[in-house]
Formats: sequence, C-alpha cells, structure tokens
Amino acid sequence: MTAAQSTQAQQANAGPPKLAVNGITKLFPGVVANRDIDLALHEGEILALLGENGAGKSTLMNIIYGLYQPTEGRILVDGRPVDLHSPRDAIDLGIGMVHQHFQLVPVMTVIDNIMLGSESVDRGLLDRESVSAQINELSERYNMPVDPNAVIEDLPVGVQQRVEILKALYRNADILILDEPTSVLTPQEIEGLFKVMELLRSQGKSIIFITHKLKEVLRIADRIAVLRRGEMVGEADPATVSQEDLAALMVGRKVTLEVEKEAASAGEVLLQIREIEAYTDLGEPALRGVSLDVRAGEIVGVAGVQGNGQTELVEVVTGLRPATAGSVRINNVDMTNAPPRRITEEGAICHVPEDRHMYGMVDAYSVADNLVLSSYYKRPFSSGLTMNEQAIAQHAEELVAQFDVRTPSVRTSGANLSGGNQQKMVVAREFGRPIRLLVAAQPTRGIDVGSIEFIHSQIVAKRDEGVAVLLVSYELDEIMALSDRIAVMFHGQISAILPRSQATREKIGLLMAGVSAEDESPAG
Amino acid sequence: MATATSTTGIRRTLRALLIPSLALLSALLAGAVVMLLSGDDPMAAYSGLFQGAFGDGKGWARTIRKTVPFVLTGLSVALAFKVSLFNIGASGQFVMGSVFAVAVGINFEGLPIFIHLPLALIAGIIGGLLWGAIPGILKVYTGAHEVIVTIMLNYVASLFGGWTVYAGGTQGQTPGPLWDRTAGAISETPDVLLSAQIPWLFGPPYRVHYGIFLALAAAILVWWLIFKTPLGFEMRTVGHNMRAARYAGIRVNFTIILTMALAGALAGLAGAIETLGLNHKFAPEFGGAVGFDGITVALLGQTHPIGVLLAAFMFGALDGGAATMQFVSGVPADIIQIIQALVLAFVAAPLIIRMLFRLRQQTDQDAGSAVSTSWGGT
Amino acid sequence: MIVALALVVMAILVNLTPLKEQTWLRVLFGISALNFTLRATVPLVLGALSGILCERSGIINIGIEGMMLAGAFAGFVAKTSTNHWPLAVSLVFSVAVAMAVGGLMGAVHALFSIRFRMDQIISGTVIIILALGTSSYLYNRDAIAEGKFSSIPIPGLAQIPVLGPVLFDNPPITYLALIMVVVVHVGLFYTRWGLRTRAVGEHPRAADTVGINVNRYRYVNTSLGGMLAGLAGAFLVLEAVGQFQEGMTAGRGFISLAAMIFGNWNPIGALGAATLFGYTQALQNELLLAGVTQVPRQFISMLPYVVTIVAVSGLVGRVRPPAAEGKVYETEGSS
Repeated sequence: MTAAQSTQAQQANAGPPKLAVNGITKLFPGVVANRDIDLALHEGEILALLGENGAGKSTLMNIIYGLYQPTEGRILVDGRPVDLHSPRDAIDLGIGMVHQHFQLVPVMTVIDNIMLGSESVDRGLLDRESVSAQINELSERYNMPVDPNAVIEDLPVGVQQRVEILKALYRNADILILDEPTSVLTPQEIEGLFKVMELLRSQGKSIIFITHKLKEVLRIADRIAVLRRGEMVGEADPATVSQEDLAALMVGRKVTLEVEKEAASAGEVLLQIREIEAYTDLGEPALRGVSLDVRAGEIVGVAGVQGNGQTELVEVVTGLRPATAGSVRINNVDMTNAPPRRITEEGAICHVPEDRHMYGMVDAYSVADNLVLSSYYKRPFSSGLTMNEQAIAQHAEELVAQFDVRTPSVRTSGANLSGGNQQKMVVAREFGRPIRLLVAAQPTRGIDVGSIEFIHSQIVAKRDEGVAVLLVSYELDEIMALSDRIAVMFHGQISAILPRSQATREKIGLLMAGVSAEDESPAG
Repeated sequence: MATATSTTGIRRTLRALLIPSLALLSALLAGAVVMLLSGDDPMAAYSGLFQGAFGDGKGWARTIRKTVPFVLTGLSVALAFKVSLFNIGASGQFVMGSVFAVAVGINFEGLPIFIHLPLALIAGIIGGLLWGAIPGILKVYTGAHEVIVTIMLNYVASLFGGWTVYAGGTQGQTPGPLWDRTAGAISETPDVLLSAQIPWLFGPPYRVHYGIFLALAAAILVWWLIFKTPLGFEMRTVGHNMRAARYAGIRVNFTIILTMALAGALAGLAGAIETLGLNHKFAPEFGGAVGFDGITVALLGQTHPIGVLLAAFMFGALDGGAATMQFVSGVPADIIQIIQALVLAFVAAPLIIRMLFRLRQQTDQDAGSAVSTSWGGT
Repeated sequence: MIVALALVVMAILVNLTPLKEQTWLRVLFGISALNFTLRATVPLVLGALSGILCERSGIINIGIEGMMLAGAFAGFVAKTSTNHWPLAVSLVFSVAVAMAVGGLMGAVHALFSIRFRMDQIISGTVIIILALGTSSYLYNRDAIAEGKFSSIPIPGLAQIPVLGPVLFDNPPITYLALIMVVVVHVGLFYTRWGLRTRAVGEHPRAADTVGINVNRYRYVNTSLGGMLAGLAGAFLVLEAVGQFQEGMTAGRGFISLAAMIFGNWNPIGALGAATLFGYTQALQNELLLAGVTQVPRQFISMLPYVVTIVAVSGLVGRVRPPAAEGKVYETEGSS
C-alpha cells in the first residue's frame, strides 16, 4: 500500500518515465508476438508484467534488451528515443536483464561470468582481483552473499540467480528486467528475492517483474500490466484487484483456479521404490537412497527445486538411467534396471517426459509417426518385416480427435505444432493405451492455460480409473492442485512424505530448501 | 487419393532434385572459372569430359564401370548418415572387402562358380562389415568418435592390405600371406580364379560386368530397409533423436553398431565387386579413394538411396571422362577432384545455392540430420 | 605430461650411462629418437592448437588436415617462386604465405559453418577434399624448393647434455610452435579475448546477452586456427622435408584432433598428447631404421594410428568438449 502510494507520488513529481515503450509490434514468420504495445516504467517502481505462456512477455523484454528488433514502434529511455541494436546498447543505457534460463557459463567462475563482456583488464591480462573486490562490495550492499571464486555449476539455482542480478548491477543497470525469476525458487527463496527487489527499489532502481503467478504479483508489484496473445489488455492496481479478476484478464475468460477432484481411494502398491541410488551424466551422485510407494488410484506429487534428483528418479523408474543400488518393483515384479521396453510393456507404464523435445517426440517425424513412437513394432503398425502406413495413419486420426490435438493433418511434422498441441500429442500417445502406472514429469511446462486444464483433467481421470500416478513438477502450485500425497525431494533424497491435507506451502517450502522436519520443530 | 499422393510425390521428387542439380551446375561453372584462372580451356575440357563419358560405347562402359563402386560406397555413407553417424571409413572398409574377397577368390580351386563367387562376395561383405563394426563398437562402449576412429582405420586397413601382398623385406621379414610368389618384387596377389570372377555383361574392350545389378539391388534393399521396415524406423529415430529413441525402447547401442556394420558391409561389397569383377587381383594401389568420394555421392544424393544412384552415375561420368578430358584438352584430370569438392560444398550448404539462384526457403526442413555431435559424448 | 617426463628421465639415463650400448634402449630413448619425436610433435601440436582455437569458440574443425595441406602447398609454391631471393627472406615469406592460405581456409570453413549453416563436420570434409584436389591440380612436379630452415642453437642452453641437443638446437618453426603453446594458453585463460572465446564456445547466448558478437569471435578464431594449421604445413615443407609431396600431411591433421581431445582442449595437455603421438611416430621411424625387429614394416607403421584409436577410446567422461560445439548460433529474432 505505502509503496504504491509513494510511487504515485513520484510519478506526479518526476518528468518522463524511466523507460517507455511506444506502439511496439513484433512479427515472426506467421505469428504476431507483440501488437501495438505501450508500456511505461517509472523510477523506483516495480512493474509486474503478467501473462500466460506464449502471451509475448519474453519477446517484449527481449526487444527492450536489444536481442530482437521490433517490427514497429519505439523505445524511450529517460524520455529520449533510443536505438537498441544489440544487448550492448541496452547495457550502455543502464538496462539489465535476468533471463528465465540463466545466461551463465556453467564451467566458469562467478568472477568470469560477471565480468564477461565488461572485463577489467590490466596490462593486457584480466584483472580478476579488482572484479572480485567489486563483487564483494555489491553483494554486501544488496545483501546477496556469493563466493566470487565458485564455479557456477556447483552453485544452487538460487545462488546462480543472485549472480545474474549481480551481473546486471556490476554493469550499473538501473532498469532491471526479471523474467520469471521465481519459477526456480522455493517459497522462502522467493520471499528473499522480494526483499532484494524492495531493497533495489529503495535505492532508486526500476524493476520489471515478469510472471504468470498471481499471488506473487499481488505481493510485490506497485502496478500490474497484463498481456494476452501479444496485446496489452489492461493495467491493474494490486491494492484493489482480486486474483480471480487478474486470472480472467490474463486468460480472457473465467478460469477455475482449482482442479476439481474427489478424494482418492488408493488401492494396492503398484510402484515400489526402495533405497535407489544413481548418478548424473557428469558422474555426480544424484539419488542418495530414495524410497517411495505409489498406490493404484492415487497421485503422488514430487515437489522440489529443479536439480534435486527428480529428473534422475523418473529416468531410473522408466529404465532410462541405471540405478547403482536399490530396487524398483512395478506391480510386484522387480524392474530394477530393466530395459525401457520391458518396463513399458510388462509394467503397463506410461511416461510423459520432462522435456518433450528431448525425449518425448521426434521433431522431424509426422504426427502419425510420433504417435506410434513406442508401439511402432507391434501389430497392426508392423507385421514383422514391413510397417503398415495405413494402420499408423488411422490410429493417428483416432487419437488426434480423442485428445483434441490441433493439427492440419496427421502428416504434418511434429515440429510445426504449437507447444500445447505437441504436449497433447505426447499425452495422447501415452494415455491412449491401457496403463496401470503413469509417470508424468512437468506435464504442463510452457503451455497455455487451456492445454494445462485439459491435461490436468486427463491426469485426474486416469487416477479415478485406478491408475497409479507419479507426478513430478517444479511448480508447487501444480503439485498442490493435483496430488493426494506429496513427497519433497532435496539433494537426492526424499525429505518427507505428507498427505495433501497436512501439506502447507510454508512447510513444503522449508522442506524444499533442505530444512528437515526435526530442524523445524524446536522453532515452531 | 492415389492420384493426389502421386502428384505430390512427383513434386516432392522434382523439388528434391532441384538443389543437387543446381549444385552440380554451379560446381561445373566454378570449375570452369578455376580452369580459366590457371590458363586452361574449360570448353575443351568439358567437351573432352563428355566425349570420354558418353562419346561412344567404350565411354558409356567406363562410366558404368566407375558408377558401380560409387553406388555402394555412397549407400554406405548415406545409410550411416540416416543414423547421424559419419562414416569416413568407407575407403578402409572397401580395402578390407577387397582383401577378404581376394583371399577366397585366389583359393579353393575347383569349386563351381555358383558356390565360389557368392562365397568370395560374402567374404568381402564380412570384411567390410567387421571393419565397419569396430568404430560402432568403440563409439558405443568407449565414446570414441566414429570420425576419428574410421579415419585411423582407413590408414590401418591400407597398411594391412599392403602387408597381405607384401613381397617380403630385407631383414628376413616374411612375405604377406596373399602375395603372388611368381611376381618377384612386385607386391600383389595372383589373379582371382575364374570361378570367383564376376562374369562379363559386355566383355573386353567394354569390360562391364554383372556387378551393376548387385549395386542396383543394394540400392533398392537399402531403400526398403530405411523407409519400410521397423528396423529402418528405429534407425531413423536414433538418427533424429537418440534420447527419444531410448525413451521409445529402441536399443540405441545395438542400432549404432548394426548401422556401422551394415555401412561397412556395403563398402566391403564395393571392394569385393571391384576386385572380383574388374581388377581380378589386389594390390596396394587399388585403395579406397572411392570410399572418400562416397561422402560426396551420399550428400549429392541427399542421403536417399535413389538419389545416391543418380549421384553415383554423375560421379561415374566425371571419373569415366576424366582421362579422355586430360588427353584431349591437356587439362589435368585432378580438376575433377576440385569439381567434386565444389559439388560437395554446394550440396551440403543449400543456402549457397538458394542465394545464388534466389530460391525461396522451403517451409519444411530438408531431410538429413546433423552429424556434428561433439567429440567426447556418447 | 607424465609421459613426457618419463621420456626425459629415461633419455637422460640412457644417454649418459653405459646403457646406451643396448640397441633396444638406444632405439627407444636415444638422442635421435628424441629429436625425431620433437620433429613429429611440432605439426601435431600446431594442428592441435588450431583445433583448440576453433573448438573453444564452438566450431568443430576436422578440416585441419586440409588446412595443413593447403598451407604446405602454398608455402612450397611461394618458396619455389622466390628461390632467387636471399634464403632467409624467401623462407620467411613462404611461411607467411602458408599461414595466410591456412587462415583463408579457416575463414572459408567459418563462412560455410556460420553463414551457410553447413554441418561443421561436412564443411571440414569439404575443406580436406578441396585442399587435396587443388594441390594436386596445381602441383608442378618439376618445381624444386631450394633450401630449408636450419637449426639455430641457443647459446648456452644448447650445451646442456641430452636436453640441449634435443630442445635447444632446433630450426625456428619448432621454437615458434613451443612458444605458441604458451601464448595460446595464456591467451585463452588470462585475457579478455580468451574469456570471450571460451564463453562463445560454451554458452553463446550468454555471451550474446552481454553484448559479445558471437559469430565474429567464431570467424576470427577459426581463421587464426587455420593460420596455425597453415604454419604446421609450412613446417612440413620448409623445415622438415624441404619439398612438397601430394597428400604429404598423411593424417597428421586427424591425429592433431585426437591430440586436442586427449589433451582436453587445453594447450598444455595437447602438447603432452602430441608428444605421445610424436613419440610413436619416432619409434616407428627408429625401429625401421635400426632393423632390430622382423615384424613387417606395415605393422610398425600402423603404430601411430592404432595408438590414436586407443587414446580416443576410453576417454568418455574424462574429457569435456566445449558445450556449444558444432551448433549454429542464431539470435531467434534476427530473421
């Protein structure tokens, strides 16, 4: 409240806005990413830019940061029109950006990453010591502790984000763009980030905060601008607007924020994981003794910050990564380190993979071929020596209709579908056969609200049919909305398993950050 | 329905032919520029080339003779490309195929031709298959990149082939096992027995043998394998997205080894056919330059078996006419190598061709998957 | 590195003690074996440095073999056309031409890979075939290069027993190659250019977002890499052999690549690996000359190639190539 008032006061006094966007339009081949957008950012304010996936938020920010050139329109900094041909121009104008996917070189140190592009050089050689001193000074001033000599890939994501912010501050940025900064953090880390943002605002920095999370917007923003399908659809005052109104503004229709489902009636244990250990591709321990049961007719959600072993857990269960210790039993049959095909067939398991482009589909294949990716060798698609193209096409037509995959034809290559339809294609293939166990990792990452709702309802429907569901998501909201039981992963272990009724955001957040239930109890 | 598919099919085929044809044309033009710059007469050279390749029966015979090994080494490289593997080892596999085939071909006197000849051909196939399987196995189990391994194996194969016909050394080194004892200091094998020689389709002076049909059959077989069988589906899936292939339950490691082995087998067959059909013996100089050209043929043929047939024929003509060109016009036959390299450059970078001829970018991606995966990974 | 150290220790032992009467030990560790090792190492280490420059910026370069050959041929042509100049001037000029042509080939490779988005491995292959074809097409078999670089002993150092004659009594390109190892190492890890180069090869988008022109770094580094490969070619013609032979690089470019990988894309590591490969070539040479074995020469000649295969096998997980290697970098909005 007070923050909002102070900004309004500033607006009245100050001259031109710190940053203004006038009539920006950006066309990509076949897509209007931004249409005639106006936006103003004032000094010392936090402006939230809200919109669902694909609404054009990142495109707009990349234009402001000089990565894309707008098709039409102009940008003004301190009232003066500016030409932004490259990030260099933006940096020189005091614009800094923290990208959704961190732009840090994993094998380099914090020092090298921070000075990259703005190096300090002494007699031809890099002056790492002076940079290190500057980093220490900045991290003290903004209360963001970091070891300048640490190598990025050894740091937790929360700290990597700090490095990104410091990188912008090192370049004297006074306009900061934070693109979906909270999606990788625990609730407590998010609160910490907000503290940093408030500190920055109090020192006169202007911040654009991009997100699709309504609660966060209401918590931190001074002003809210909403983007939908590339157009600015309205502004809102966080003091007066409600979550429901914001959601409706963002999606363009009324949305149900909760997933409707009955209480679970769990049956026998279908997936039994015992003391599993496994390593990452780089040979570091990823799973350190994970045990978990999933019963028929229940959804077990695995919560946790990305990179705590969830990916490896899913890979071990589906046979894609060897376990070095422990056992996996599916339907009471030992499936530890069994070949993926045996797990799929005997275990009647289906797997919606974390990254559809990496695992879930072959971009160059037609929709029809993608839909037989895990059954191409069976009748009627294959009769021993040759493949039956007609049967494959017919099968595709049926699934496309049943799962509402919007595609010009089943011959269209998978790469040409929108993200939501690609994901529905993957879901169609996996759900479209008889299954007893469903492993879904990030089933709704980066897709539109309509597709999210559809996929969520399909998952709940499978549960109600008696399928055991193991759901992995980095979106705590998704876990909270769908799960019957919640397991929290931290550092390659499951730190707690809670029934949904006992799981609060705060409790889960602490567990995600590695604070165990015992540590917590004396304090609470 | 049927007509609709066939017209789009024709249009697809025409479109597929466009880039390679323009690439060939551009390479010939660029070759002319090179000749002009070095003071040669391109018109005389090209007319000599054409005359040598198609001027008379002997010209046609030369072209066809040269085409046969190009088809097979081209298929070898193209098949590996489909699985995102780069087989630079066709020349080594060719040599191993020749050595294995000749080892059977000069022995087993008295066998009837319908047993001896197939036996010798199969021996050649096995030689290439084994030599091709090695880089596949090393890639899968040790992560060694097939590009480096196949190149090193080319040198090893060439030395191994040299040893088998080695005439012996001054320090008491024993001669190689296949060396012709009547040849004195010359390092070569005796002639392949008549019962293991591929019969002439047109005898001397044309010297065209029945191997051409083996090459055609191989092209059809590879086409069927890649596009019509579940195994081909698996190979293409591995080629496009190895992770998705594992996810789909495909045995990726097995597919990689099998593909490299089959690619080796095709190049080995090329060696066997050259040895049993044309050279009738093996000597170190019958090396595998055609193996290296297989790369260009495969890419010019857009890694499609039918395309490879056409590309091999073009290359056969270039090689077949080269000698006559040098004889008629005095332009060194090595210019053909430059032209072939330029063909490779133009066809591998369709963007250059599109820019030169101001073609519109196609919306759907061209076939062919990238082979540039970095060295250390699996 | 350990290999190189062991070699030095053995060499000192063998050459300064009565052990040198043993034929086998002399073959394995004699001064002549060591001299040959260094001579075989020079083109390999230059080739490996060439690969490091390209690949650290994200461009895979299997065309080193072609760039080396082009450099060798250009150096030869330059030398034969300036035979009438004073020897030193003519040689230095020829080295410059070799490096320029190598750099040009590097630039072409970069152009193919970046501007025309050609697959980098195929582009490298084009470079090789182009170099092979052009050098044989233009090669005049009657031309003779008169004179080559001779050794320049470094006063004082050259008198050290064993090490002196091996390390400090060499022709100039050999010294230059060893200096380049240090230069590239310092450049990569302690200068602005090196930091940016490595960032471009590991995470081009991160480099782009801080205003670094990714493709310019790739063009420059690939061209520089081509120049080093050209220098390797100049070494073969102007320092080692003295003449040009068709296909005279004989796979050295590819072995350089293996040395680069074996050395984990690190100049010092590459020097160690190149020394190992150079030693196998020296060994092959010494064995053939000494006539101490009845193994047919073909098998002895296989040694460098087999050792290369063995070296690149079993490295999985132990080496880590630049992450963005082989991938075209495009800013999504640029089209």
